Amino acid sequence: MTADSDLTAALVGAKAESASVEAGAMTDVLDRAPFVVVSSSGAQDLSPRRIRAEQLRQLVHSKAFIVGALILLWWIVCAIFGTLFVPYNPLSQSLLNVNAAPSAAHWFGTDSLGRDVFSRVIVGARDILEIAPLATLVGTAVGTAIGLAQGYFRGAFDMLVGRLVDALLALPTVIVAFLFIVAVGANTLTLVIVIGFTFAFIIARTVRTAVLQERELDYIAAARLRNENAFHIMFVEVLPNVLGPIIVEFTVRLGYAIFTIATLSFLGFGVQPPTPDWGATVASNYQYLAAGYWWQTLFPALAIASLVVAINLVGDSMEAALLQ
Amino acid sequence: MNRSLVSTSARLPHEHPPDERAKVLEVNHLDVSYRVRDRERLAVRDVSFEIGRQESFGLVGESGCGKSTTALAVTRYLPSNGRISSGGVKVNGHDLTSMDKASLRRLRARTVSMVYQEPMKALNPSIRIGRQLSEVYEIIGLKRAEALERAEAMLRNVQISDPGLVMRRYPHQLSGGMQQRVIIAMALASEPSLLILDEPTTALDATVEAEVLDLVALLRQEFQTAVLFISHNLAVIAKMCDRVGVMYAGELVEEGPAEQVFEDPRHPYTVGLLRCVPQRGQRKDHGRLDTIPGFLPGPGQVPRGCVFAQRCSLADERCVSEAPPMYEVTPLRSSRCHYHEDAPRVPRSTPADVQLPESGELDRAEAPVIRLRGVSKTFKVRGESVRAVSDIDLDLRLGETLGLVGESGCGKSTLARVLLGLTPPDEGSVIELDGLPLAGRCSERDREQLQAIQIIFQNPDSALNRRHSVRHIVTRALRKLAGLSGDACETRLVEVVRSVRLEESHLALRPRHLSGGLKQRVAIARAFAGSPRVLVCDEPTSALDVSVQAAILNLLADLQSRERVTYVFISHDLGVVRYLSDRIAVLYLGKVMEYGPAETVFAGPHHPYTEGLLSALPNLDGVQGERVKLEGELPSAAHPPAGCVFHTRCPRRLSSGVCESSEPPLVEVEPDHMMRCHIPITELRRLQGKEPSGQEEAQRTSAAT
Repeated sequence: MTADSDLTAALVGAKAESASVEAGAMTDVLDRAPFVVVSSSGAQDLSPRRIRAEQLRQLVHSKAFIVGALILLWWIVCAIFGTLFVPYNPLSQSLLNVNAAPSAAHWFGTDSLGRDVFSRVIVGARDILEIAPLATLVGTAVGTAIGLAQGYFRGAFDMLVGRLVDALLALPTVIVAFLFIVAVGANTLTLVIVIGFTFAFIIARTVRTAVLQERELDYIAAARLRNENAFHIMFVEVLPNVLGPIIVEFTVRLGYAIFTIATLSFLGFGVQPPTPDWGATVASNYQYLAAGYWWQTLFPALAIASLVVAINLVGDSMEAALLQ
Repeated sequence: MNRSLVSTSARLPHEHPPDERAKVLEVNHLDVSYRVRDRERLAVRDVSFEIGRQESFGLVGESGCGKSTTALAVTRYLPSNGRISSGGVKVNGHDLTSMDKASLRRLRARTVSMVYQEPMKALNPSIRIGRQLSEVYEIIGLKRAEALERAEAMLRNVQISDPGLVMRRYPHQLSGGMQQRVIIAMALASEPSLLILDEPTTALDATVEAEVLDLVALLRQEFQTAVLFISHNLAVIAKMCDRVGVMYAGELVEEGPAEQVFEDPRHPYTVGLLRCVPQRGQRKDHGRLDTIPGFLPGPGQVPRGCVFAQRCSLADERCVSEAPPMYEVTPLRSSRCHYHEDAPRVPRSTPADVQLPESGELDRAEAPVIRLRGVSKTFKVRGESVRAVSDIDLDLRLGETLGLVGESGCGKSTLARVLLGLTPPDEGSVIELDGLPLAGRCSERDREQLQAIQIIFQNPDSALNRRHSVRHIVTRALRKLAGLSGDACETRLVEVVRSVRLEESHLALRPRHLSGGLKQRVAIARAFAGSPRVLVCDEPTSALDVSVQAAILNLLADLQSRERVTYVFISHDLGVVRYLSDRIAVLYLGKVMEYGPAETVFAGPHHPYTEGLLSALPNLDGVQGERVKLEGELPSAAHPPAGCVFHTRCPRRLSSGVCESSEPPLVEVEPDHMMRCHIPITELRRLQGKEPSGQEEAQRTSAAT
């Protein structure tokens, strides 16, 4: 056991974090020993399952995770079953009841075409919760592959991709997506590919950093001494060890994806009306704000915000549990 | 150097005036616990000891035994989840446990100082040395100019030859040894009554370690400081301490004068620890090392009886049911064992018998397995070429161990990587396996060649993929190297795992569930999976505790005699190298300085560099020859000195100037013993007092023929 801190540092008055560092080291020491003892007697309850159970326990004990997960679950239920329990058909217009303020009959009021805002918000979860995870999944998969290759091969390939990422990062994702959509036309597939593609390079950068640390470890040298091919080393040896940062990156990017899709829809390049997408709904109603019809814009906007916040809450708590 | 500090120290105001009658440190029935996952776990139990004025007390024990926790508790500097749950600590008669924050802070500033293992972590990397050191004086209340002056004087005290220059340096510009000197200077700046050293030399090379230890011993006299010295290294404690406490599983199990404890231990654990270390030139064919079976009890598990009972071969029912008190063995020493009278006669846990290879004598005429000829490796570092390994010729014979010895940076690991093909050597280097040339890169070697040369890495945490199970790790090596599959693979898997004394139940586990020793066994199982002919062991035991080290060394020796593997054994621990090696190559700045049979190299006459290395080694035998000091620091490999590369540090440099101007060749100075030195062997023999007696001479000639 080594103590990381130093008393001389304390004398000089710079003691701030050392205690917590040490506490970490100490926990590590204490954690290790019980396993050692049990492993001498047998191997009943030391499976990786136990560690996963511990991580899960930690997640469930985190309030942020519970709140985030509940909100997220709510929107997922809305996306899948929303059409079954909405009070009104989100597309049916009622020209006799336009711009009605929130009331018992219409909880979130109605819009300029007399459609029920509450029903539209509920059903509006569907498109965004379909495109965003798909796009992020594509981005993570492609980004992981690129990052693994960059970190493993280094050299010219790494340089080339690295500069490409720099160039892409200089432009906001929305602008890049914008350019593509103008060229190809707006549909779900384009959105998934465009967002996935731009995210891939950002994710690749994170993965690359993690891989660079891993490849210095001796188990990679051991694999080379067994004549394992590059594919095996990247995907069987390295990948499992960098999954933590990849999962964290996925949750972070998911939040950004929702934001990007909402922005694109707002600009008219994402999900097209009359689909009750939140971004598109905000876009088509915000001009009525000046007239005092705030509910038409506020509720879909709140929906976007709540979803992004929920995903970030879940992501942060997962990061804490996975990367400690 | 011999400047008195008494006059200056009188001016330092002391908040806690040392009471001359009080002990510097009194620890009474100390319990320390850590709160982990809402549970209190005792890490230190009922520890009591005292340190008198100017006394040096050593705490020794394996990792996890609570020695560092005790040191932290002594300064009340435990991490936030730790607390002193009962017992007391008094420094100079002042009770520490009831002290408020302000007086605690003053106590740490004035009375107690600590030096930790990692010097780099203890220094602020962005502040110059001069400022960091003078700050300590300013805290004590000196003016800045005076503080700077005192800082410079202090650096001279810790034998830094050019303090002015060092004051202007940043920590990263200093070597590890220099950094540790600066830390010691900082710790002693306040002229504390107690200096706590927690593994201060563990991260340093043996030669640097020896110098730092000498320095600490000298300064202790000069500053009249009491020392609490913590180390896992028994020899270091034996050298540095008047009295010693042996800790096991959070308890102090034996305490007494260092000499008596190490000469005549009275606790089975101390006995076990001492038997684990290869001593007095013990070699693998003399017998196996003794080990301590079993594992440390987990923290928080408090057995009803003796903490060591589970692993003790003397233990009976009384030990399991009744916790032994601290028995007084003699008025000066005590032992926590019911049977302390019998402790010195603890039966061995591991039989000493050796299975010698059938052939007995190794056939000298046999062609070497590996031949290295003119092997060099030059790295390009920022446009400069650094020659890490330079023109090395070595032969590895079947079933033999070649020990590679030298300070860090001497090129021993690079040479190993070149041999394995992980680092391609320079053009013109020749590596032959069974007389056939090997490609420089492992990717260009065929399966049989890869299978023939494998490695055990230093750190099993890095060498084993932490996401793979033991089964996966070993099976993969069996498939790729031995070319096995299906049932044959499964059978061999069990065989290999058993041969390294792991159980089949370990197969499903991942490395993180295993202790350090078990992890290293997995790494050894993987290395042996393909039945290699040559195995590189790169410091395989340096990350392990001594009891575990003994078991691993025994295992390596057994596997070698059974499978006739050739080892290339790299270690900074000369005792370990001596135990396992048949031949030794001493490297310095990438060059072989001395090469020969292990016994000859250790017996001498030695190359002056080998002499320095051996003399730096603290031993438990009590006989410490005259120290031959290596001056200065290891020169940079980018700009090696002209002439003999070792001349800058050589204590026996010739006055004729030949060492500076021309490089000596590596020549056979006596049968089978190569040396790179201008000094004739007869002269070295005379200088080192190794005039051979008739008997030795007869032995040597008979060995040579």
